[in-house]
Amino acid sequence: MPITEEDVKKIAQLAHMELSDEELRVLAPQMAAIVEYVEQLKELDTSRVEPATGGLTGEGGRSDSSREDAVRPSLGQQLALEEAPDPAHGHFRVPKVL
Amino acid sequence: MSDNTIETLRARLASGETTAREVVTASLDAAGRLNGTLNAFLEIDREGAAARAAEVRGGALAGVPVAVKDNICVKGLQTSCGSRILGDYEPPYTATAAERLIAAGAVVTGKTNCDEFAMGSSNENSAFGAVRNPWDTERVPGGSSGGSAVAVAARVVPVALGSDTGGSVRQPAALCGVVGLKPTYGRVSRYGLVAFGSSLDQIGTFTLSARDAATVLQVISGRDPADATTADVEVPDYAAHLTGDVKGARLGVPRALFGEGLDAEVRAVVERAIEVFRDLGAEVVDVELPHARYAIAVYYIIATAEASSNLARYDGVRYGFRAEEAPELRSMYRRTREEGFGAEVKRRVMLGTYVLSSGYYDAYYLKAQQVRSLIKADFAKAFESCDAIITPTSPTTAFRLGEKTDDPLAMYLNDIYTVTANLAGIPGVSVPVGLSREGLPVGMQLLARHWDEATMLRLADAYERAAPFTDRPRVCATAG
Repeated sequence: MPITEEDVKKIAQLAHMELSDEELRVLAPQMAAIVEYVEQLKELDTSRVEPATGGLTGEGGRSDSSREDAVRPSLGQQLALEEAPDPAHGHFRVPKVL
Repeated sequence: MSDNTIETLRARLASGETTAREVVTASLDAAGRLNGTLNAFLEIDREGAAARAAEVRGGALAGVPVAVKDNICVKGLQTSCGSRILGDYEPPYTATAAERLIAAGAVVTGKTNCDEFAMGSSNENSAFGAVRNPWDTERVPGGSSGGSAVAVAARVVPVALGSDTGGSVRQPAALCGVVGLKPTYGRVSRYGLVAFGSSLDQIGTFTLSARDAATVLQVISGRDPADATTADVEVPDYAAHLTGDVKGARLGVPRALFGEGLDAEVRAVVERAIEVFRDLGAEVVDVELPHARYAIAVYYIIATAEASSNLARYDGVRYGFRAEEAPELRSMYRRTREEGFGAEVKRRVMLGTYVLSSGYYDAYYLKAQQVRSLIKADFAKAFESCDAIITPTSPTTAFRLGEKTDDPLAMYLNDIYTVTANLAGIPGVSVPVGLSREGLPVGMQLLARHWDEATMLRLADAYERAAPFTDRPRVCATAG
């Protein structure tokens, strides 16, 4: 299925991306070409194939990923805010929501 | 081969010929001197590294300078991921793999350039400029861990860490003439590695020899409570497996992958490498990987889907870059991502969002995970008749800067030999096996069963003993 500039605009909204007209013009045919390429998978009958569960091996899947439920120190407010673009009064400040 | 390896360095340190401080200072000098030409480092920690070198006591890597890809966190240094959206971000903690190197006595000298968020096969997608190949500075070093590959190839450091989601360690290793190893999924902790495709990502190593790869893998492997995907699987004594003996080992060659798209010279050099194994007494058998030709399609669905989810966190709120003067929250998110991400990252986030979007999930993502099962099954079957599989690492030698930047699909097809290992979760290593007529390195890839890095390293080491790769790049920190 061809991907149009309109489709790309919709996807950009979903991805929280504000693309310029020039980017839309370039991206639409590139995405269409890549999607066309990946559609070769359709020639395979996978109706009886279980989907893979990530990169995990049997051993990885069996490894015990739980740990002791103990209280441990976390980053702390000061350190967590250190790299924030606009920290204020111990919080992350953002532009108005409404 | 003997120059600038961990082995050589340890001997020089043990004899008192040099000190950790001298070694690290020389490495820092080389990094600074060559960076104008190669652009391999995004940050060089002159004072910090020199100070830490003076305090080195013991350990398997005592006094060994190490470079770390700039998507792996080291406290006190930047982690930009080659992206404007992180810029000079400084993480508050150190990745487990880097922590283990440091605990073994290694000294981190700097952070290396890479394709933005590890997305690329040429290192041209870094927001901080392309990395140059030391064999020919008009050519790419490969990617995405190009800076780490170049740092080792140009003898700036004996060891560098990279990350490999679809070949990002093995492919640049091949294009730069060094050893690049991607461990089994779950072998090395990803805690502190900035996530790209979480079911594929694995931290890997760059070294000048298979023996050095074994030494580093020994240090960084094993269960980490901070990464639930690390498995409770015994880590063998890798060095003990480097016997030089490959008699009776069965090597599988997937002949169907040696045809279309493979450069004739690369093919000839890899064929010669296969003959070296035969001469050493290994048995060469044909194997089939019937679904390998679908691997790129599967990979670019799964990797982009996972990336679109993982990169949702870059929104200008908690860290990194924020676009100025957005009137309200949503437009701040959008402008931050528009201004902060480069073209390839946008392309992949968009593709990933598309394949996961309502109505398309079954057709793309689910389908890709099913074909991924078929690819895994292909390997399981192939490994019934062989102990390791040999392929070229990359279909061509290093290409020219700018040659493929306008055609993303052509760029993706570079990964044809490497992505299957990430999809199946198996380990792979690229070993330099010769030069093309133009004097560019060719890499051979060895793939092994899950958790069987030992066999892979034994084969690679035996090959190096029989046919040492002694050529050095034109741009090099140490004299011949």
